[in-house]
Amino acid sequence: MSSPSSPPPRLSLLNITKRYPGVVANAEVSLSVMPGEIHAVLGENGAGKSTLMKIIYGAVHADEGEILCNGRQVHIANPAAARQLGIGMVFQHFQLFETLTVVENIALALEGKFDLRALAGRVREVSARYGLPLDPERLVHSLSVGERQRVEIVRCLLQNPQLLILDEPTSVLTPQAVRTLFETLRKLASEGVSILYISHKLHEIQDLCDRATVMRGGRVTGETDPRQESAASLARMMIGRELPVCESRPYAGEVSPVLEVRGLNYRNPDPFSSSLHDISFTVHAGEVLGIAGISGNGQAELLAALSGEHVSAADAVRIAGQSVGNLHAGRRRDLGLAFVPEERLGRGAVPGMALAQNYQLTAHRQPGLSRYGLLDSARALESATHCIERFDVRCNGAQAPARSLSGGNLQKFIVGREVLQTPRVMIVAQPTWGVDVGAAAFLRQTLIDVARSGVAVLVISEELEELFEICDSIAVLAGGQLSAPVPREQTDAEQIGLLMAGTRQQAA
Amino acid sequence: MQLLEPRDTPSRLMRWAAPVLAILLTLVSAAILFAALGKPPLQAFHVFFIEPLQTANGWSELALKASPLILIALGLALGFRARIYNIGAEGQLLVGAIFASGVAIHTDGMDAWWILPAMVLAGAIGGGLWGAIPAWLRTRFNASETLTTLMLTYVATYLLSWLVSGPWRDPGGTNFPQSILFSEAAMFAPLFEGLRINTSVFLTLVAVPLFWLFVAKSFLAFQLAVGGEAPAAARYAGFSASRTVWLSLVISGVTAGIAGAAEAAGPVGQLTLSLSPGYGFAAIIVAWVGRLHPVGIVLAGLLLALIYLGGESAQIAMQLPAAISWLFQGMLLFFLLGADAFVDHRLRRRRVRNPQTEAV
Repeated sequence: MSSPSSPPPRLSLLNITKRYPGVVANAEVSLSVMPGEIHAVLGENGAGKSTLMKIIYGAVHADEGEILCNGRQVHIANPAAARQLGIGMVFQHFQLFETLTVVENIALALEGKFDLRALAGRVREVSARYGLPLDPERLVHSLSVGERQRVEIVRCLLQNPQLLILDEPTSVLTPQAVRTLFETLRKLASEGVSILYISHKLHEIQDLCDRATVMRGGRVTGETDPRQESAASLARMMIGRELPVCESRPYAGEVSPVLEVRGLNYRNPDPFSSSLHDISFTVHAGEVLGIAGISGNGQAELLAALSGEHVSAADAVRIAGQSVGNLHAGRRRDLGLAFVPEERLGRGAVPGMALAQNYQLTAHRQPGLSRYGLLDSARALESATHCIERFDVRCNGAQAPARSLSGGNLQKFIVGREVLQTPRVMIVAQPTWGVDVGAAAFLRQTLIDVARSGVAVLVISEELEELFEICDSIAVLAGGQLSAPVPREQTDAEQIGLLMAGTRQQAA
Repeated sequence: MQLLEPRDTPSRLMRWAAPVLAILLTLVSAAILFAALGKPPLQAFHVFFIEPLQTANGWSELALKASPLILIALGLALGFRARIYNIGAEGQLLVGAIFASGVAIHTDGMDAWWILPAMVLAGAIGGGLWGAIPAWLRTRFNASETLTTLMLTYVATYLLSWLVSGPWRDPGGTNFPQSILFSEAAMFAPLFEGLRINTSVFLTLVAVPLFWLFVAKSFLAFQLAVGGEAPAAARYAGFSASRTVWLSLVISGVTAGIAGAAEAAGPVGQLTLSLSPGYGFAAIIVAWVGRLHPVGIVLAGLLLALIYLGGESAQIAMQLPAAISWLFQGMLLFFLLGADAFVDHRLRRRRVRNPQTEAV
């Protein structure tokens, strides 16, 4: 109910349109945020949320439409201009310099002169106040994904923004930390800060937000009060159909230990990174074991030790009874190990190479793909095409370079490639990071199906919901130590969250 | 301030157009240079690029010079694809020539079929060995191969200098720093009477398709390419990084060593200080101008060989200094690297300053 005395919206977008070659990212999008309002922008990956936010932040320019800030029309030419208007943004893909420290990165975004020591003090203060523990002197390259996000959030908060944009901010937080963040956001809102909260997580939006603008295919498909809606009705607005649910049937085959880890230690030469202390666990055929925890607690080190990029004592890792701890990645793959890494582009796939060539990256040991040291590129093209069809990878065929695919489609390709190796053990890191709802559900279902076909599946993820959806047991990796796996039915997000945070605080 | 920003997807067409553009820019600059030296550019170009090819001898010389350039560039291209930058092919060539000459000198007076093959083999071993040293330094101490390969070139030069002025100096010579002339059994036979072109060109003719097959089809070359383009992906797939280093440096050492053996056992016929007119360095340009592709390398090898010949005829016909060939090579590489920079990047557009003040 707007009355003459009510203030103008903090931000209004009127009929924003942005076209890219071959695609309309935003079509006549309108949206307005009042002072102190927490406003959700809900939509799948590719719905146009990120483009819209970049327009508000001045990183991208709209082709048509108007932006009003506090009732006045503005032209936001670049992020510096946006910051001067009091707009702060926490990006989903972090904008940090790896070779600089946390406080140096923050200083770079500030205008005017600064005193690094005083700034470090403010960083400590703000990060403690908002429950985002951060050491200002650490180098960014030694930080985990989760910790890097904290840098981004703290950087924005230091600029006392009027409007704060957060792009999928909770993907790397514990449930407790999400609550703390929400308290922070509510506190900011009560101080008059407007918040644009971008997410595809329905319950978060229902929990936190006053209004929600739902987008699909670049258009607004609804504006609503999320608390008045059911998750199902929001999902319909967002993806145009019912929210897909994973089906988990019981495993009927023989239960035998396939991946056994006993007393695995790794002393990290980098003092800022995690070491591993006496890690032990077993994954059986037909089972999905989930390892929860915030990255930076030994996840990267554990993955490297399991995949064979770091070698350890021979008996520390066994595959189907055979000691492989001292074997390199290629030899372990020969013995039936498949691995989907967290970084898809540059690690799981070579950006400039065609999908057919990327298929060979790990599939070369398949019969027929290489003979006498020569690769059969026709066969590779065939196999990659099969993978693309079977795993519903949207791309311009097997000759398309890996970098031309969206994150979700590339992930489907990599998972498909690894599944088609008919592995005995499959290790997957962050299976659905930055992947849209439809693709995420497909990937989760794939992992369950793979396990039920008799494969031992290990999933390392920061998304608790995901782990609860697909895992049979869940353990927590915190401070380089692994908790005992607990069957899913005997635990809940609260308990796992405490393990994630509790050990972390002891370690820190 | 940064003037260039990376392009999302560099154009494949422009990648291949870049060398052509570089050649054109080199010609334009050369025309200006000739004009400044008081030589009519058109006449100079005629002397440089047409006259050398008007005789059978000219074509023979072209093939004779292109052959080692192409052979060495093929080996280098393999390493460059893996981002292993061996810039010491000149040294590997010299050591190859030294090893091959060792065989020739110690079998002098004998007449056996195996002498020439043994020389080629010795050249390959010598060059490979000289490439293996930087590989060991890189894998053991993480020493940059760009520096060590270049430094070992100087070592090779002094080794050659010591040998031809000391233990291997021709006792019957007039104190010149050179070895004995090799016997016929230690030489590649000439292909045509009166021309210097010899059977060693067949080594290159065999190497080109082999290289093509290796790059296009082999699993090993695929591993090298992955290691060059995405080292993390190579580690992920279990491809050994140190094997990439060893292979790249040893193979490029071997091809340079064979080229050295072919020089000593071919047109030169003895071990001398002036064995190579910088083939090892020019081959770096050949590899880049040829876009690390076999066909491109053959064309670029012929071009660089022509520049060598043109430089010689320009010295004779126009009294231009010998450095003119080097100048052409340098300009070509300079323009190519410049063009490549624009294939991978574009100029950053100027942004409007303080735009929100006009709105507020």
